[in-house]
Amino acid sequence: MRIAVCIKQVPTRDWQPKLNESRTWIREQDASFEMNEPDQYALEESLRLKEKHGGEVVVCSAGPARVSQVIREALARGADRAIHVEDDGLGSADAFVVADALASAMKDEQFDLILTGLQSDDQGFAQTGVILAERLGLPHATIIMDVQVESSRLRVKRELEGGWFQWISMPLPSVLTIQSGINQLRYATLKGIMAAKKREIRKVTPATSEARQQIVSLYVPEKAKKTRIISGSAGEAARELGRVLREEVRVIQ
Amino acid sequence: MILVIAEQHGDKLNRATWETIAAAQQLAAGQPIAVVVPGAAPTVAADLATAQVAELITIDHPALAAYTADGFTAALHAAIEQLSPACVLLPHTYQTRDFAPKLAARMNRAIVTDVTAIKPGEKPRFVRPMFQGKLTADVVLQGPAPHFATIQIGAYRADKAARGTSPAAVRALTVQVDPAAIRQQAEPPFQEARQAVDLSQAERIVSVGRGIKEQSNIALAQQLADALSAELAASRPICDAGWLPMERQVGSSGQTVAPKLYLALGISGAIQHLVGMKGSSTIVAINKDPDAPIFEVADYGIVGDLFEIVPAMIAALKN
Repeated sequence: MRIAVCIKQVPTRDWQPKLNESRTWIREQDASFEMNEPDQYALEESLRLKEKHGGEVVVCSAGPARVSQVIREALARGADRAIHVEDDGLGSADAFVVADALASAMKDEQFDLILTGLQSDDQGFAQTGVILAERLGLPHATIIMDVQVESSRLRVKRELEGGWFQWISMPLPSVLTIQSGINQLRYATLKGIMAAKKREIRKVTPATSEARQQIVSLYVPEKAKKTRIISGSAGEAARELGRVLREEVRVIQ
Repeated sequence: MILVIAEQHGDKLNRATWETIAAAQQLAAGQPIAVVVPGAAPTVAADLATAQVAELITIDHPALAAYTADGFTAALHAAIEQLSPACVLLPHTYQTRDFAPKLAARMNRAIVTDVTAIKPGEKPRFVRPMFQGKLTADVVLQGPAPHFATIQIGAYRADKAARGTSPAAVRALTVQVDPAAIRQQAEPPFQEARQAVDLSQAERIVSVGRGIKEQSNIALAQQLADALSAELAASRPICDAGWLPMERQVGSSGQTVAPKLYLALGISGAIQHLVGMKGSSTIVAINKDPDAPIFEVADYGIVGDLFEIVPAMIAALKN
């Protein structure tokens, strides 16, 4: 099987947001970056499918030069080669622009299966995989918790709300967006890191594509509620919270 | 025209549809609103016709009987071509997430997801969370109509949707779908196991997030839960890691809860978690990051190290 896995580089979880001067994007120079978490599960699933069915895993990422860090990491975990669609604008682009960029670089590869995370931890569109499927003329399914390959067909477990699931079958090739928690992640070994250095990263320049969304303002969320912050030492705060819950909220006795 | 795509399963309405109608009424500013009910659903159609909207449109087509992404994309594409709305609103459910981007991509039209508010105007601004809820963005959509927007669950109140003085006119729309265009086959939905834990009935919940750091620290949260006579719950990453069973997960993919007390330990408050618990009567957040989004919905907060605060709370509750 020729499996592609699309990954995105996003700011780390403990990153404290800082805005650029026009307040329409973040100050990227202040951020540190990592592989988007749902994409890590998609990568792991692609490696497991390769181990079971043979073939190769090709990691695809659209973004500025900095993205090579997560591409190297994916190669170190076991991907065979990579496609980097490189453009400075792709770091903050909308899902159409990213999907168009990926589609143009991937369309001639004849992949059997394309996986990606269900959404990214930065803009969180949850659209890119689905739009990519449409651009490549492929069927898709989203929020997947199990992938079974049966000759030229696919049977996948789609997560629904509130603890419900549903099995979907469809022909290959197709596109799946993977839910976090589908598997247990592996980490790169020293051997993997060394091997990754020799693996091919094909760089592609994206065709120009029209943005469908413009961020006119980016800001720290307005509070929905007035939060009373209880201060003091751990002991003082804990005692005060206990008093509040007992005497004011009356939710404990 | 503003179009609302209703969601129903077996003629039972997903109530998020009413929230989306409320959003459409806010956005409309004089434009007529039409509600589309995909699939045969007479009870749902009669219910939604009580909304203050211009028209209710039913589409009864085999492609809309059991949900598939391809069937919904093809049938709704055909319907939207006939109706040419300015804007299409959908509830941000898992089903919408599965087909709406494909529908927008097929029509080459802009789509904004996870909308929590709309600032009306000539070019409406759609408000949505970004960066795990750390930031909020006002987004303007580009290019020709229709523009698509999915409305986050709980962002609008269903009971705020205006009702009409008389039922809206109902019209049946006919669409053509090539059966060969439907590539997915869906099996009936199922639950993994009968859920042994019904968190929706709990009066008090102690819920843990990534801040708990290690599986062995779950015991500390359990001690606090015991001291409060509370159920223990968690955000998704904790259940993904297997530290607590999936049935104790709160959020869009887990249970929706509304206890008297929800005490969030080391939970940052991503939107997927907040939609599952923000209806709680009293929310207490303990987190080391004062800017964590959980504090946006918390009534009481302690900024600090939960590994110092929780043992102190357990001690304080014993006295």
